[in-house]
Amino acid sequence: MSFLEIRNVHKHYGDIEVLRGTNLSVEQHQVVCLIGPSGCGKSTLLRCINGLETIQSGEICLDGDRISGPGVDLNALRREVGIVFQSFNLFPHMSVLHNVTLAPLQVLKMPRAEAEERAMTLLKRIGLEHKAKAFPDQLSGGQQQRVAIVRALAMGPRLLLLDEITSALDPELVSEVLNIVRDLAAEGMTMLLATHEMGFAKEVASKVCFLYQGVVHEEGPPEQIFGDPHEDRTRAFLSSIIEAGRL
Amino acid sequence: MNRHEPREAPRRAASSPPPAFPLAFAALAVSAGVIWVAWAVLLHLHRVLLANGLEQRWMDGLLVGVGLLPLLLLIPVVRSFIYAAKARAALTGSDLAAARVQTAEAREWAQYAIGYAVATVLVFLGIQFLLANGGAVASTFFKLELIRSSFGLVLEAFWKNVWMFCVAEVFILIWGLIIAVARMIPGRAGQPIRFLAIVYTDAFRGLPTIISIYLIALGLPLANVPWVKDWSPEWLAILALTVSYGAYVAEVYRAGLDSIHPSQWSAARSLGLSFGQTLRFVIIPQAVRRIIPPLLNDFIALQKDTALVNVVGVIDGFNQAKIIASNRFNLSAVTTVALLFMLITIPQTRLVDRLLETEKRRIRA
Ligand SMILES: Nc1ncnc2c1ncn2[C@@H]1O[C@H](COP(=O)(O)OP(=O)(O)OP(=O)(O)O)[C@@H](O)[C@H]1O
Ligand SMILES: [Mg+2]
Repeated sequence: MSFLEIRNVHKHYGDIEVLRGTNLSVEQHQVVCLIGPSGCGKSTLLRCINGLETIQSGEICLDGDRISGPGVDLNALRREVGIVFQSFNLFPHMSVLHNVTLAPLQVLKMPRAEAEERAMTLLKRIGLEHKAKAFPDQLSGGQQQRVAIVRALAMGPRLLLLDEITSALDPELVSEVLNIVRDLAAEGMTMLLATHEMGFAKEVASKVCFLYQGVVHEEGPPEQIFGDPHEDRTRAFLSSIIEAGRL
Repeated sequence: MNRHEPREAPRRAASSPPPAFPLAFAALAVSAGVIWVAWAVLLHLHRVLLANGLEQRWMDGLLVGVGLLPLLLLIPVVRSFIYAAKARAALTGSDLAAARVQTAEAREWAQYAIGYAVATVLVFLGIQFLLANGGAVASTFFKLELIRSSFGLVLEAFWKNVWMFCVAEVFILIWGLIIAVARMIPGRAGQPIRFLAIVYTDAFRGLPTIISIYLIALGLPLANVPWVKDWSPEWLAILALTVSYGAYVAEVYRAGLDSIHPSQWSAARSLGLSFGQTLRFVIIPQAVRRIIPPLLNDFIALQKDTALVNVVGVIDGFNQAKIIASNRFNLSAVTTVALLFMLITIPQTRLVDRLLETEKRRIRA
């Protein structure tokens, strides 16, 4: 059994069916990239894994434990699974350090000294220790996203979900954020990321999943998906991306 | 224009500016009229003072001083004429650009004079109204001797209003937050509570405050409700105000909490923070800044509505003033309490405007 198992998941908002029997698995230390056209359900899938949305049927298991459906301790689940969104991640009324230490202090009940020390270590890793006292609106978008990643890491998650974390950034800021993801991948962090950065997906992914209308239409190693897609829809999607100059 | 010569590139001829003199003359006429009205009113005032034996040397000085003020209107009028003359000179020298600038200046000064003239005449007409009936209007509302003699009594009773709204505001802050959070409790379990909270806010927002006070402060003792029936009318009125304004303030809270981007909820919950922790550490601190101005507005309304408690017999400032008024057939004590209300509410109104202004600037930045 895989580390993360998503089996036949259905999710609808009212009449809109977003996930229609999605299946996906992620092994430990794997980096899995979700690609697909806008509205295909990438964000929804990630939010379901983190318990931010409830699913109507199917199941999601993490390390053999069922983490979907009734009776799941969501707060415990979220210690294991971190998520970073496209934007509006940081709490604007708190300093960077406070952003990073809030959850360890309040959720893990970590002593303040320890929480701050760990936060500073993490901030040093991304080269932002000098911004610890700054507030989010004093940081660039790229710096904000880096802090958001660090904030998720401060909880010591075993799985990290990244939802198009670079798509709201100016192009010159994208690489500083992707570098961190690259480092995390090298360290063996298990990650599931939705992205439009195909070049990056090609480089870091152990597996690429093409999501289309709420189901995984095709999956495989990046060389195969990008080099020799089997499905027409995958091919059509990738050629539209190439046309847009994003690959 | 050049429509008659289709071959030519269509080019707008430089047009000469509109004449400046008519507006300057209009400003002069209006200002002169206003000065005349002002002096007529002041003469009238002088006669009323004489008739009431209030004639004093310093008052004459004051009247003359006030009479000189409208003459200041002539300064912009003169400026307007100066610029209008300059504009004419520039026009005869066919310097169109200069003529336009001077004309604009002339018109601006003329409009300035007219604006101030209108404001001045309104002030003097207001004075005239108070002088009507040989000063009866003024003495009905502003009988200085009565204001002075009743001031202590009215002020003392007014403290009751201040005390009541201070106490009520504390309770309202707490009660409103409880209702607002009740309306936001997530999940199916929260449904009946959400529903009750909605019924409550709708009911009390739809009910005139005076009726709430009447029903609660008179009704509860009348119905012999245990414990509550022994409360003093003041505390019952505070209860009524809390219940009534709690509904408004709950809506203020809710709008403020709703105005925080939903991603902030997602971000906080995804870190493992509970519903309560998310509210406490993430949502409320951000919402407070947006909540304060509308909250202050509601509190200003509440402060004024403390005057309604006289319907259940509380001797507040207004009730005391009414008693004095009916004894003396003169409303000056009511004027006192009116001024006291304005004295405490106007600074708050200004503060709300300032806060809203800074908030607007912050959002634009
Ligand atoms: N809270 C919601 N209520 C109703 N419909 C929603 C909600 N959230 C998402 N949807 C719908 O679900 C569908 C999938 O949305 P989702 O955000 O998962 O797409 P996505 O693959 O992440 O797209 P993108 O690449 O644009 O981010 C869309 O059609 C969207 O309109
Ligand atoms: Mg998305």
